[in-house]
Amino acid sequence: MLKHTTLPMPPPLLQLRLLSKAYPGVRALAEISLDLLPGEVHALVGENGAGKSTLGRIVCGLTHSDSGQMLLRGQPYSPASRPDARRLGVGMVMQELNLIPTLTVAENVFLSRMPRRLGFIDYATINSQTRQILHMLGLVDIEPDRMIASLGVGQQQMVEIADVLSRKCDVLILDEPTAALTGRETDLLFKQIRRLKSEGVAIVYISHRMEEIKRIADRITVLRDGKWIATHQAAGISIDEVIRLMVGRELGEASSRKRTPGPVALRVENLRRGNVVRDVSFQVHRGEILGFAGLMGSGRTETMRLIFAADRRDAGHVYLHGSSTPARIRSPRDAVRAGIALLTEDRKQQGLLLPMPIRANITLPKMSAVAPVAGWISGGKERTAAHRYARVLSVRARSTEQSVVELSGGNQQKVIVARWLYRDCDILIFDEPTRGIDVGAKFEIYHLLSDLAEQGKAIVVVSSDLQELMAISDRIAVMSAGRLAAIFPRGQWTQDSIMAAALSGYRAAAV
Amino acid sequence: MTVQEAKVLDYETPPPRRVNYTAFVVEYLGLVLALVGLIVIFGLRSRSFFSPATFRTIANQIPATVIVAVGMTYVLIIAGIDLSVGSVLALSGAVLGVLMKEYHLSLFVAMAAALGTGLLCGLVNGIVSVRWRLPSFIVTLGMLEIARGLAHMVTESRTQYIGSAVGVIAATSLAGLSLPFIIAILTALLGQLVLSCTVFGRYMVAIGTNEEAVRLSGVDPRPVKIAVFAIVGVLCAVAAIIDTSRLESAAPNAGAGLELQVIAATVIGGTSLMGGRGSVIRSLFGVMIIAVLGAGLATLGARDETKRVVTGCVIVAAVILDYYRHRLGRSSR
Ligand SMILES: Nc1ncnc2c1ncn2[C@@H]1O[C@H](COP(=O)(O)OP(=O)(O)OP(=O)(O)O)[C@@H](O)[C@H]1O
Ligand SMILES: [Mg+2]
Repeated sequence: MLKHTTLPMPPPLLQLRLLSKAYPGVRALAEISLDLLPGEVHALVGENGAGKSTLGRIVCGLTHSDSGQMLLRGQPYSPASRPDARRLGVGMVMQELNLIPTLTVAENVFLSRMPRRLGFIDYATINSQTRQILHMLGLVDIEPDRMIASLGVGQQQMVEIADVLSRKCDVLILDEPTAALTGRETDLLFKQIRRLKSEGVAIVYISHRMEEIKRIADRITVLRDGKWIATHQAAGISIDEVIRLMVGRELGEASSRKRTPGPVALRVENLRRGNVVRDVSFQVHRGEILGFAGLMGSGRTETMRLIFAADRRDAGHVYLHGSSTPARIRSPRDAVRAGIALLTEDRKQQGLLLPMPIRANITLPKMSAVAPVAGWISGGKERTAAHRYARVLSVRARSTEQSVVELSGGNQQKVIVARWLYRDCDILIFDEPTRGIDVGAKFEIYHLLSDLAEQGKAIVVVSSDLQELMAISDRIAVMSAGRLAAIFPRGQWTQDSIMAAALSGYRAAAV
Repeated sequence: MTVQEAKVLDYETPPPRRVNYTAFVVEYLGLVLALVGLIVIFGLRSRSFFSPATFRTIANQIPATVIVAVGMTYVLIIAGIDLSVGSVLALSGAVLGVLMKEYHLSLFVAMAAALGTGLLCGLVNGIVSVRWRLPSFIVTLGMLEIARGLAHMVTESRTQYIGSAVGVIAATSLAGLSLPFIIAILTALLGQLVLSCTVFGRYMVAIGTNEEAVRLSGVDPRPVKIAVFAIVGVLCAVAAIIDTSRLESAAPNAGAGLELQVIAATVIGGTSLMGGRGSVIRSLFGVMIIAVLGAGLATLGARDETKRVVTGCVIVAAVILDYYRHRLGRSSR
């Protein structure tokens, strides 16, 4: 095993010494020591709940470690708060989105440092500066005065990244920054990371996307159950080895068994909403997984929300199970009753009941099943049901009574997936189902989706991860600028053809 | 508490039913101590505190306030607020009084009309705020004025003296407890059961926690919210019947300022104004604390303005304490 101390290197910028942190009933970090060198990208990997975010939160001043110490540029460092850490040059992009939905992009970016003129916010300045910051990350299509709530999760993530990048810092922690980003935005982000690297910034990069880590990381540290497992030079270790260190066992292959799709379960015709979704038509069969690819903001999430009637559509119809009359779906309630499930991409705002127990989060969409008599909840039935589905997803928690807010990001995501499996709909629309989920659990979810398809469910998966779509889909639909640009059956797609289709709509618009 | 490695749930054994005593103690100990403490302090400081008169004052005040507080707890849990409770109480009482006195209707018919009045006011509150997505603060502020105005119109601004025909309710007692008292306790118990054991209760907490998430999981939050406001309206009418019966009269300005008193009691009980958190039983304690405080200060000869200052301080102190209780409760789970 290569140990970093044996190599000639510049003095570390940040040193972590025997950091430990316990939460009630769980040891999130156990005596972690790490050195962070200037100009390096240090990848931090590990399963969901391994303690990566906790480490990041301690370094950027959001929580304190129970014991251990940190040295920044050789000086003892213990930030009292996030602004305190920021002043000392330590910044972090959080795993969960933390923008205020009702404020504009510019207001969010300048929230803690509003330039004022005679006591009034100087909007001209913040808007133009925000535009500059956004352009740096290639975000030309986001106006600084747009409301955050109108942005997709991927775009919000980019705004947060742009915000942190615009502040001068020496140590930068990126906690799963690309979980909701497509290839194009990831490339833009990596360009900025390389620039920062050349300026001597030390970067901690947390991700579950192994190919990214291979591309960007100089060193890789593996955590498991809050413990330090190994630190390696990225060049000297293969992805498979990293995964083995992470999970402590070998992983299977993503199986893409050949399925024979059944009759049409869902047919969508000329769905339209403003210029976000323009005349989208497609169909999904029972026993089929239809993937949805496209760039950020191409209208995939909005299309799904229209099918589910989460938003009002301007035009278009949804037909179910081969019926020739359009289904009357006017609200999410109608949709669920008609057997459609929508797992939303934004788990924090649109999915989870954060302070409530895992149990209540899972059983929410079908309380009647656990309250057989006149609306009285049967405690035993509910616990058993919640437990069963938490187990299918291997949610890592003390018990199903634990508050969801205390779970790691990936485990929160598993709770949402468990909720919809429990609801047992025929048509499953999953928007970014594996956002923030670790490699091992991802494979389990792929297997699960494949099993569900074999049971005759119709499944739609929206994902920013093209590899994932290519691994699990029977067909891939590609959206571009609000239109459905192409649908490829399995075997007829290549990464290039999908990317070309994803860009086609924007090219046409530019001409 | 043992510190162990984070691990996947123990999926082999079925989930146990575990009563968390620590959480239970944290939940109620503070309130019980506060109540007992107040009683002891007033008992030591004032000779007349442990007198039938004090007891009567408290016992008279509690039933109506508790019943309204049950409803207020519900509204606060769904992240709403109802400012119209005092006025709706007055209007329901006025309807009861006028029907019995002017139209000589029987107690039962008049009671049904009073309950209908409360229900109607609650439904209007609920439907208007849900249909037009208005903050319930504004809608119920409107209702506060409307119902009060109507109460004056119905009674022509005169107190309706009904007499013993309506007094029977307050005069009835079972096993040494007055009927109003029994109704109040039953309402609180039932209210707590509905909150913690039924689907409706779960929906209320979920809506107060994240309404959008509830909507997107296929549960329509609107009927639940309307039902909550309707329940508050009915409970106000029940409180009105009890108060009217006790006083044997209905006054158009009954229940003035009741909304603040009830909100204070629920907040002392630890219900969050942000929604998603609250307990009926704890609100019951809140009502008792406020009642004991008021009666105790009166026996000490405190003037009205002093009472208000002290009550105000207690409310703020209770919320601060609740902040710490909440943190303690979280770390002991
Ligand atoms: N506020 C909290 N209260 C209780 N436990 C917590 C809290 N925050 C984190 N934990 C626990 O600490 C452990 C580590 O969590 P952490 O968020 O650091 O994981 P992670 O490695 O970032 O996982 P993921 O890949 O899912 O984001 C988990 O077991 C989690 O349940
Ligand atoms: Mg994390």
